[in-house]
Order: sequence, then C-alpha cells, then structure tokens
Amino acid sequence: MRFSLDDDREALRATARDLLAELCPPAAVRAAWTQEPDPSAWHALADAGALAVLVPESEGGLGLDETYLVGVVEEAGRAALPHPLTATALVAAPLGVAGTTVTTDLGASSAIVPAATYAEAFLLRSDDGLRLYGADEVEIEPVETVDSSRHCARVHPRGAGELVTGDAAATEAAFERGVLGTAAELLGLSHRMLELTVGYAAQRHQFGKPIGSFQAVKHHLANARIQIEFAAPAVLYAAYAVAHGRGDASRAVSQAKWLAGNTASVMGRAALQCHGAIGYTTEHDLHLYLKRSWALARSWGGAGFHADRVAASIGL
Amino acid sequence: MDLNWSETQAAMRRDLRGWLERNLAEWRAEIGVELSGDTREGFAQQLRWERRLYEAGWSAVAWPEAYGGREGTLWDWLVFEEEYWRSGAPQRVTQNGIQILAPSLFEHGTQDQKDLLLPRIAAAEDLWCQGWSEPNAGSDLAGVSSRARRVSGGWVLDGQKTWTTRGAFCTHLFGLFRSDPDSERHRGLTYLLVPLDLDGVVVRGFSRLDGDEGFAEVFFTEAFLPDDAVGTSVVLGDVDRGWSVAVSAASTERGLLRSPGRYQATVAGLLDLWAERGGDAATRRRLAAAWMLVDAYRLQTLQTITALLDGVDLGSEASLAKVWWSELDIELHEIALELLGTDAELEGPWSKGHQFALAGPIYAGTNEVQRNIVAERVLGLPR
Repeated sequence: MRFSLDDDREALRATARDLLAELCPPAAVRAAWTQEPDPSAWHALADAGALAVLVPESEGGLGLDETYLVGVVEEAGRAALPHPLTATALVAAPLGVAGTTVTTDLGASSAIVPAATYAEAFLLRSDDGLRLYGADEVEIEPVETVDSSRHCARVHPRGAGELVTGDAAATEAAFERGVLGTAAELLGLSHRMLELTVGYAAQRHQFGKPIGSFQAVKHHLANARIQIEFAAPAVLYAAYAVAHGRGDASRAVSQAKWLAGNTASVMGRAALQCHGAIGYTTEHDLHLYLKRSWALARSWGGAGFHADRVAASIGL
Repeated sequence: MDLNWSETQAAMRRDLRGWLERNLAEWRAEIGVELSGDTREGFAQQLRWERRLYEAGWSAVAWPEAYGGREGTLWDWLVFEEEYWRSGAPQRVTQNGIQILAPSLFEHGTQDQKDLLLPRIAAAEDLWCQGWSEPNAGSDLAGVSSRARRVSGGWVLDGQKTWTTRGAFCTHLFGLFRSDPDSERHRGLTYLLVPLDLDGVVVRGFSRLDGDEGFAEVFFTEAFLPDDAVGTSVVLGDVDRGWSVAVSAASTERGLLRSPGRYQATVAGLLDLWAERGGDAATRRRLAAAWMLVDAYRLQTLQTITALLDGVDLGSEASLAKVWWSELDIELHEIALELLGTDAELEGPWSKGHQFALAGPIYAGTNEVQRNIVAERVLGLPR
C-alpha cells in the first residue's frame, strides 16, 4: 500500500507547472478572451510529451498511464489553460487520435463544445459510436459563454467523419476519462484561487490590519483549504482506478468530479468574498479562474448527475 | 503508487474478522445486555472486552511486542480499525491511554516510564483519563490554572479539571499543571501522571448531553503526589515544559485518533437503513454525498499514512482532518435520523450516536480553533 504522486509523476507535473507559469500567465488567459489563444503553451506541452502521455511508445508517445497525466491536467487547470488538454490528451489520445488539437461534445449534453473555433479535429457522438471530423467537416456556430476564453460553439457535422469506435464501453470509458480530466482541472483551479486569495488577504489592509488576520476571513479560507485536502486524493484515486481498470473506476471518476466541483464552488465563493469589490471586476485576474470553474463544474456532468451515479453504484 | 493490501495484511484482516466475530459473540453471551461504556456498569463490561483484546494481542496492534502490541505498521493499524468498527465492537474505553497518553510516552517518556506504564495501558490495568480542560481553560488550554507545588519527595496539587471523559471510572489521570506560579500561558506547565486514589483528590461524575455519566470533574485539594506514585517518575518530559508534550498528544487526538473505519462502518449502517426503509430522492443524493465524503476521508488517510511513513511531520495538518471527520459524523447521523422518521426520537444507537457526534466539533479543540490553525499554520495567514 502506497498512495502518493511519486517522484517520476511529480517530475512530469512540475515540468508542466513550470512551463505553464511561464507561457500561460494570467495575461495569456486574459488575451484568450478576445482572440484565439496563443499556441506557445500548447506547443511547449506537446514538446514535453504531455499531449502523448497515454500514447504508446511505439507510436511516439510516453506510454504512461492516467496517474501520470492527471497532475499535468491539474496544472493546466491551475493556469486556466484555454486549450483542450483533457479532450486531446485524456479523451482522444487513447482512442488512437494523436498529434492534433481535439475537442469533443462528450462533455456537454447540449453539445456546447469548447475550443471549437480553433480545434483541428472534433470527436463527436453519433448513432454508431464516436466519430472524428476535421475542421472542414463541421459547421461551427459560435456561442457567447460566461468564460469567453473557452471559445465555445455548437458544432454540426457536415460530412460522415471517420468512425473512431463503435464500442459502447469504449465510448463510456472515453466519457469517464473526460470526467476525470475535468475534475483535475477544477482541483487546479481551486489551488490557484486559494493562492490568489491567501496572497491578497495577507496584503490587503482594512481597519489597520491585514484582512487575513480576521477570523471570519480565515475561516472562509480554512474551509476551502479543507475541501481541497479531501478532493485531491479522490482525483488521484480516480486516475489510479481508471489506469488499472479497477471495478470501481466509474464511481471513482464521479466521486472525483463531485468533490472537485463542490470544492471549486466553495473556493470560488470564498475567493470572491475575500477579495471584496476588488475581485468583483473583470480587471482583476480572479474572474479568469472563477468563470472557468463555473463552466467546468457543469461540464461532463454536474453535481446531481454524478451523485446519482454514485448512489446507483452503492445500491441506493 | 500501489493501492493493494499485501498478503500479510489480507491474512491479518481475515484472522481478525474471524476473531472479532467469535469473541464478540462470547463476550455478549457473558455480559447479557450490552450497556453504554459511558456508564459505570457498561464500563465494567467493556473492560472485560478490552482484556480479551489484550490477551489476543489486538489491543494496540502498532506497539512493540514487549509492550503488549504486535509490532504492526500504520497500515496494520488501519486494517485493524476498519475491521474493528465493521464488526460492531464497542467504543474503546481504553482509548485515552492508548491513543493519547501512549504516543506522548513513546516520544517523551523515560525507558522506565515506557517499560512500566505501556504494558499496563495495553492490558487495561491502568485506565487513564485526560486532565486538560478546566472550568476556565477549554479551547484556551494554555489558560490552565491547576497548580503543582514542588515539595520534598513529590508535588502538591490544587485546582480542578473538568469534562474529563469517563473520569469517574478511570484509575489515573494525565494532565497539565502549572508548576511555575509566576509563569503565564504555555510556559511553566508540567505534564503529570496522577493516580486518582490519592488523598485530596475527589472525582465527581456528571452526565453528558445523552444523560450518561461520561463526564467527570476532578478536584485537587492539597493532594500530595509522590515522585514515584505511578511506580516511576510522575513527570512526563521536563518540569515546566509540559506544553510541548501535551501538544504532541493533541495532534494525535485530532488526527489519527479517528480512523476512517468508524465512518465507513457508520455509512454501511446507513446503507442498511436505506435498504430496510428507503427514502426520498433528496435523501438518496444526500446519502450518496455522505458516502463520498467518508471515502474521501479514507483516501486522504491513505495519503497521510504514506507521508508519515516517508518521514513527513503531520503537525498542523491534523486540524484539516479533525474538522472533516467531526462535521461528517454529524451529517451521517442526521441522515440516519431522516431515514428513521418519527422513530428517530426513540432511544437507540442512532439517537445516541447523533448526540455523541455533536460533541465532535467541540472536543479535541473546537473546530473554530482548528480553522484558525489551518489558516495560520497551513495557509500562513497573519495572526
């Protein structure tokens, strides 16, 4: 028995964290609100092998499993990376779709697809399974969403595309990997919002003191920190359960998503409240992370959906 | 990363499961009606249970054999706890000695203290209660005012301890006493080991919220404590430096004292209740959510134990767990009451468990204090 992100996994995560800190700072996320995201962070992730963690070595990938990738995806969440890392590296890559920027409608019941305005390939549900479409095979109908950096659209296939899998179990597994990735991104977002808020509470003075010295503020942030403490192992376990094909993998990803979604919700409220009016503006960076967390909390199944899946799995 | 139990651990689990089944049946046949361990008669029943545990080597699995344990690792301890609570065995009336005093003895005790006291704790011969709280020192433990005055051959104790769990049934008390009369706060306190049958010590039991005599107040009036009153030195750690000894125990009480096994057993009971009685869609989701919170606690404990075995100091992180399990325990019991409907009013394990759960956010440092610790020592917010 041993449960921790051991050295080699931690190293991969640290690589992602460092390159995202440099190439996907808040300014880059902010810029992605009004234009296609700068590709430098995405290219650097690709160069580091992060998009091909789940691709076999024989096909030029790292040949590793989800326990390696989950930390990288969490770091993408922390940076609010606008690019579709979960869809590309976690959902599509194990289906043999590699070496491109992929987005998917698996995560949204009403088929709002993120990164739709610039993705190179679209992995869409069809009657017979999952089909892959090139950008020239779909019609893009952009929609305005709360987090504009996601570049969402409704996507309508025009051609036949290419059948990637007709297997219902493989389709379900792909969905579950997407749930896992979204949970990891939410966890990373919570970490970022906590860092921002702790930093702010220590520096902002009112009544002659840092606001972080007031118990009411402390307790908001302690509550959020406690949520993170207990969501994080569930996300890591879900990656382990998926990687090892454990019998409880479906439940574990739902549990991870439910916990990470709740955590981001508690954290987001605390972050906004503790920033006060300074956070209640698009001029402050907080909104970049807050709005991403709102979008992801409902993507790939919301709290009720996943609680119901867990309920069924424990015999309720 | 490896989330599989070893063959040894799996074998221990099987042995223990069988042992618990047989011995609980035998013990229950012996005692007749099983009473609460927080009553005098129930406490006596449970001492018989504790001695069974000891004789089979199950009373303190992670201790050295020389002290009555079975040289187990923290993983073995976790397996023990899961099986123990799963079996429906009673709460451990020895837990203050095993879980709170013993870790401090291992860390700060002299060889003599360890050799003499630990085996008697494991065997449930000495029954220890804790003497932290006083009428004016609850959350603010450093406000302790009970005094220990140095005299030839020992100490003279004056003052009062209170909210002492099962104090009326125990034989000994460990606690903090102000040994330097000019000191304030954390300084000048000495951690003393005190037999409760000394002249000048009066113990008065009183009822907790559930009506059981689970609390006591302990009065010290010119009570002479000989230096060797426990067969060895009565001072644990150094004179006037008891605070650090107590703090090492406090993080044990907050953190690993509460194994996830308890909550896993409680949530399993809720699933049984659901199977018997059913409930509405909202309660179904609430129960699924509680199941997830319990399982998250289990997973976080696996990470914590991995970190401890890697040599990471638990420290203030224990406060995170304390808030989690104490609030979770209330949620679990509130769900039970919801499922029971009007039967929730009946005296029984769920109503009793509910009242006990409500103490969780208060004892071992209130959750308000824990949140301050998280904010200041984990997050680094200014004091």
